[in-house]
Amino acid sequence: MNIMVPVEHETPDPRLLLAVDGVTVDFDGFKALNNFSMTLDRGSLRVLIGPNGAGKSTLCDTIIGRVRATSGRVIFKGEEITRLPEDEIVRRGICRKFQTPGILPSLTVRDNLAIAAQRDRRWWRSFGLDIRGTERERVDEVLEQVGLTDRQHETASLLAHGEKQWLEIGMVVATQADLLLLDEPTAGMGPAETSRTAELIRSLLGQHTVLVIDHDMSFVEQLDGRVTVLHQGQFLKEGSVSEIRNDPEVAAVYLGRAKDDAAPHA
Amino acid sequence: MRFTYASAIPVAIIVLAAAAPWLISSYELNLMARFLALAILAIGLVLVWGEGGILSLGQGVFFGLGGYALAMHLKLVMLDPGDIPDFMQWSGLESLPWWWVPFENPVCAILGVVLVPGLFAAGFSWLVFRRRVGGVYFALITQALALAFSTLLISQQAYTGGFNGLTDYSTLLGFDLASDDMIVALYWITLALVVVAFLGVRFLMMSRFGKLLRATRDGENRVRFLGYNPAPYKVIAFTVGAVLAGISGALFTLHAGVISPALVGVVPSIEMVIWVAVGGRNSLWGAVIGALLINFARDEISSAFPNIWLYGLGLMFVLVVSFLPDGIAGLFAANRSGRMAHLLKTLRPGRAA
Ligand SMILES: Nc1ncnc2c1ncn2[C@@H]1O[C@H](COP(=O)(O)OP(=O)(O)O)[C@@H](O)[C@H]1O
Ligand SMILES: [Mg+2]
Repeated sequence: MNIMVPVEHETPDPRLLLAVDGVTVDFDGFKALNNFSMTLDRGSLRVLIGPNGAGKSTLCDTIIGRVRATSGRVIFKGEEITRLPEDEIVRRGICRKFQTPGILPSLTVRDNLAIAAQRDRRWWRSFGLDIRGTERERVDEVLEQVGLTDRQHETASLLAHGEKQWLEIGMVVATQADLLLLDEPTAGMGPAETSRTAELIRSLLGQHTVLVIDHDMSFVEQLDGRVTVLHQGQFLKEGSVSEIRNDPEVAAVYLGRAKDDAAPHA
Repeated sequence: MRFTYASAIPVAIIVLAAAAPWLISSYELNLMARFLALAILAIGLVLVWGEGGILSLGQGVFFGLGGYALAMHLKLVMLDPGDIPDFMQWSGLESLPWWWVPFENPVCAILGVVLVPGLFAAGFSWLVFRRRVGGVYFALITQALALAFSTLLISQQAYTGGFNGLTDYSTLLGFDLASDDMIVALYWITLALVVVAFLGVRFLMMSRFGKLLRATRDGENRVRFLGYNPAPYKVIAFTVGAVLAGISGALFTLHAGVISPALVGVVPSIEMVIWVAVGGRNSLWGAVIGALLINFARDEISSAFPNIWLYGLGLMFVLVVSFLPDGIAGLFAANRSGRMAHLLKTLRPGRAA
């Protein structure tokens, strides 16, 4: 058995929420992430961009425990979470929106949010008919925030694509997680819906730290957070939106992929 | 609560069913009781398969465990002290096997009807679901279980009565099982248990547990990444289904006077799924109607044309799966876009799409 080596002895920075420390993810010889490191401060907004296949979704997967790092560590609130079970990682305060909308189609919009909002997720507490009052209020709040109050009693599968995206963002928010990982939240949205989504995400910043992945540069500009660029599994650049836009190295990476980028997907 | 004619229908049905002893013959009543017992298993399958999306091809195992648990007791109460059942004597056993002994006690036997299938299902499904095995693999494992169970029963003749199973009971708790009064009493007990099972499963479906179960069926990963461990919800659903199957098996054994490997193996297990598919796997009413309808039909058809029955059942299954994915219950779906409307539309001449 390995003896646990204490993580770091310098006093952890209280502002630091997440540290990804030298993470490599190896899919049978292909390194989707290669010695990647990044930190997130509490309450900050970070936008992660990079060409298709750069490893952005893999980074989210690694933080949330869906994919296990071959080497390196993920540290959240000062504790290592690299090998915890997925549901335990979520209960510690990280929640993720998937790239393809991951809603619960046969439940009502409201029940989707209620399941997310429930704080006590132990199975033997699930035999009641309704969630607690404070959680009900939370659901009402989130319904307001994502603009689905009028449709709360409809079955979620009946929502339009953009509304499903908002519902899933709402579910992630309703969990009251400290860190929200939003993987391509505007996929399949028109410009009007995209700006609404940017507004929605900016409104979350008081209470949550948010990591957003996206392709769409105009959306990234509206978000106006710090940008990290990932390329072939490696860190390429970090800076403000305008720094990144004028960076020749970043431009080179994207120019090589200009055709892909015209129609962002994946 | 506002009175509506629709809400009076269930009450009327139950009153009518409770009055059956005065309306039909003792033979028909016994038949009805048998099929109502099977309806309890079907109610369990709605929770397991309809709500949980867990296709079990092994419900016969739990049905059999419940049935055998009670049948062992019924065999033992007939004996003089120190005696052992006839088939054991024929197989050369000298004394009662130790695991038969507790079933001499009626309370132990009744507990066994619930606990043996329940604990077995809980342990088995926990092992499987914890490892995230599901879908077709789970269905195949349960089918293998049904095969193993019936094979074991047949091969261990000295302990199980082998191919003939356990039959020829005379009394339960001192009452003569063949008397008309007992037939009526057992019918009412069965009817009451159908109602209890129906309401209990309905409560589970409406509770947060039911929502999480449906959520797990639709997106196990989404539920996991909302911080829940999905395995317990599936284990509980499967276990409740198994307990109901066990109760169903025990009642069926009482009414039919026999439990045998032919009633619990692979084919009966598949038939159980077909009752629910035909009735509607998302509807408790549908499942009850499916179980009753198919079993009455089987009783009529298989006595007249024994060879045709399985073909007929297979054909019905194919038709339902192709045209009525929500079964008979889907015909009466409450929303205006119900299947009946849809079916009429597609059948209207000149509108074939
Ligand atoms: N489970 C997997 N097995 C093998 N390769 C994978 C797996 N998941 C992702 N990849 C590969 O890793 C690379 C990064 O994928 P991803 O993180 O989804 O990129 P993106 O930045 O577009 O989100 C891609 O080349 C993809 O094909
Ligand atoms: Mg991606």
